Amino acid sequence: MALDANQTRYLSRLEGKTYFLLGDEACAYGAMFAGCDFFAGYPITPASEIAEMIAEELPKSGGICVQMEDELASIAAIIGAAWTGARTMTATSGPGFSLMQENIGYAIMTETPCVIVNVQRSGPSTGQATKPAQGDVLQARWGTHGDHNIIALAPNSVQECLDLMLDCFDLADNYRTPVIMLMDGAIGHIRERVTMPQLATITHASRKMAAPGEDVFGGSDLVPGMIHYGAGQNIHVTGSTHLANGMRDVATPKVHDVLIKRIYAKIDKNRERIVRTELDVAQNSVARVGVLSYGATARPAYGAVKRARGEGKPIDFLRLITIWPFARQQVAEFAENFDTLLVPEMNLGQISREIERFVDCRVVSVPKIGGIPHTVGEILHAIREVA
Amino acid sequence: MAEPRHRLMEYLRSEIMPHRFCEGCGCGTVLNAFVNAVEGLGLEPTRMVCVSGIGCSSWIPSPYFKSDTLHTTHGRPIAFATGVKIMRPDLTVVVIAGDGDVAGIGGNHLIHAARRNIDLSVFMVNNMIYGMTGGQAAPTTPRGVKTTTTPYRNVEPAFRAADLVVAAGASYVARWTTYHVFPLMESMQNAMRKKGFGFIEIISQCPENYGRRIGLRTGPDFLRQFKEQSIRIEKTAGMSEEELRDRIVIGRLCDRDQPEYVSQLHQIKQEQVAAVAQEVAG
Amino acid sequence: MTSGCGSIEVQVSSSGESEGGSGLIYIDGDLCKGCEICISFCPLKVFENSEKLNRKGYYVPIVAKEDECVGCRLCELLCPEFAIIITNE
Repeated sequence: MALDANQTRYLSRLEGKTYFLLGDEACAYGAMFAGCDFFAGYPITPASEIAEMIAEELPKSGGICVQMEDELASIAAIIGAAWTGARTMTATSGPGFSLMQENIGYAIMTETPCVIVNVQRSGPSTGQATKPAQGDVLQARWGTHGDHNIIALAPNSVQECLDLMLDCFDLADNYRTPVIMLMDGAIGHIRERVTMPQLATITHASRKMAAPGEDVFGGSDLVPGMIHYGAGQNIHVTGSTHLANGMRDVATPKVHDVLIKRIYAKIDKNRERIVRTELDVAQNSVARVGVLSYGATARPAYGAVKRARGEGKPIDFLRLITIWPFARQQVAEFAENFDTLLVPEMNLGQISREIERFVDCRVVSVPKIGGIPHTVGEILHAIREVA
Repeated sequence: MAEPRHRLMEYLRSEIMPHRFCEGCGCGTVLNAFVNAVEGLGLEPTRMVCVSGIGCSSWIPSPYFKSDTLHTTHGRPIAFATGVKIMRPDLTVVVIAGDGDVAGIGGNHLIHAARRNIDLSVFMVNNMIYGMTGGQAAPTTPRGVKTTTTPYRNVEPAFRAADLVVAAGASYVARWTTYHVFPLMESMQNAMRKKGFGFIEIISQCPENYGRRIGLRTGPDFLRQFKEQSIRIEKTAGMSEEELRDRIVIGRLCDRDQPEYVSQLHQIKQEQVAAVAQEVAG
Repeated sequence: MTSGCGSIEVQVSSSGESEGGSGLIYIDGDLCKGCEICISFCPLKVFENSEKLNRKGYYVPIVAKEDECVGCRLCELLCPEFAIIITNE
């Protein structure tokens, strides 16, 4: 939905300007530019700065920011608020993300648009609270129970922390799904230069709305229209398996089959429109070795690729911007001529597993845990071993 | 002659009546009192959102009451309702759910909603058991009772949720039973009418999954027990903890005026929007 | 009507409207689940058990003492099934 007068007035003071911000802060401003109306969250390192910035800024644009008693309440509140028509979000890290899983599943099942930012930190459990990691990648895909699909994006710069928030809110509204912004603590807590968008250059997706009497939970389209609370339509929202009109039916197998498969297909069949990657191929030679990375790791990875090219090795590079749905087509094409594909990650090889399913070449995971991102030298070393 | 239609059927999804509650279940009575309360207040269901959790009493508003409804995850209706009310303060938002849901798994949300004094009405149907799942012990199950998960005896005392809610800071708190339906209905009206956190603990019966194991096999058996066990709060002055231990204290536990949560949030928003407008204009 | 020993013919109960009375109390037999709350708690003992079965096999009460009813509406409010309608004030 388009920005309202209060939001436009607030943003007009910022548009086009350049600032020096934390990734967390840029994320907050991204939410503002996306027209976020409501934030509910709970403090957690390294995401607290998002809540703090939003607490200060959101009321200025006519929105409301609250701190709830825990993460379960936070995700619940943003789902309830979304059904009034608001653009809503929360922000957390691993332990809070774990707590939110049940209600993320509820948002998926009820097809509620909302944005969940997970600034990943080193786990499991309390882990290294103040240190970055990329260990929640598979959890973002499968953390909640049951068969489902999800959209998750990973920024690799402070600027992307802002820009990708616009995408997150649009994707949430377009596909009536929760969307996860998979930041990592390294990006969340560095400061870089950020340029605020010009309002004239950005658009905001709107939720498809159903007409009075139309079904809100099914129909001939993959994404049904929505009707918000207060429209006098007696909207029946439930996390139980339900018919197209929202009424519960757990007894008929076909009802569940139709519902779950449609919710799954909503994202699965729209991969081409959803998935974004960034490709950089070696010039002048066909590369037999590639490096694939995402988030903070993509920066030293790309640095290593450039150094290797400087040593005369043709290396191709692919960065995932969309983590889920997985960029299987792009990855398969990327690796078509490879002998080896290197995958540096700040985890023990979560995405490399997914890659193996779609490529014929050897996949070499370059994991690093312990809270310090890969260095260019470490990844270059891995490249030299295979190229 | 034509058979009369219950005047309150228009508030219900009549196409799915009779409802699924067991014979003699208190849920039907609570639904009855609630619909009467809505009618008596002149509330339009189109201006209401009813939120519930998981359990038999969460079925009271969803699917049976015909308004916007939100059937959420176990223990969380108050948190979901908070989001709805913040963004639509003009709608009457009501939570109806069970004791296990609201005061067990959802206890933390209950405490903080009461503390914030958010303008919600929460009607907690307390049947002293986890009924839907077959009769497991709940935080509200009396000490000594045998349930499916306390087969020897329950060693925990029963939680007096309404007392906790008073201490947490709610504006309006009452306790009634499904026998005391007239004052129950009036209390529901008071809670919905009053700005602030309104909480009613409704002691109710589960003959199927609780009663038949403790010798109260029917609805009337329970209601007779409630009638006998209840004591009006006005009459408890001077009585000791020991004397009150096995009684159900009914009546209005508190009724006070305090700053309300949602209106204060909107106040901040208005102040900040005005400040920006001034900055941009000046 | 029930038939003889060993079998009961299930009949649809149409109403428990008081016979020859003021038309004050109406029981929708199809909604009743035979919980007997109305029978137990009417202050004037207006309702009584019957052998009338409804479609679901529940015994539907009858209005036995229609003249005693004072219109307190306790039964209407207590009934978990919305099966009792008090038609006159």
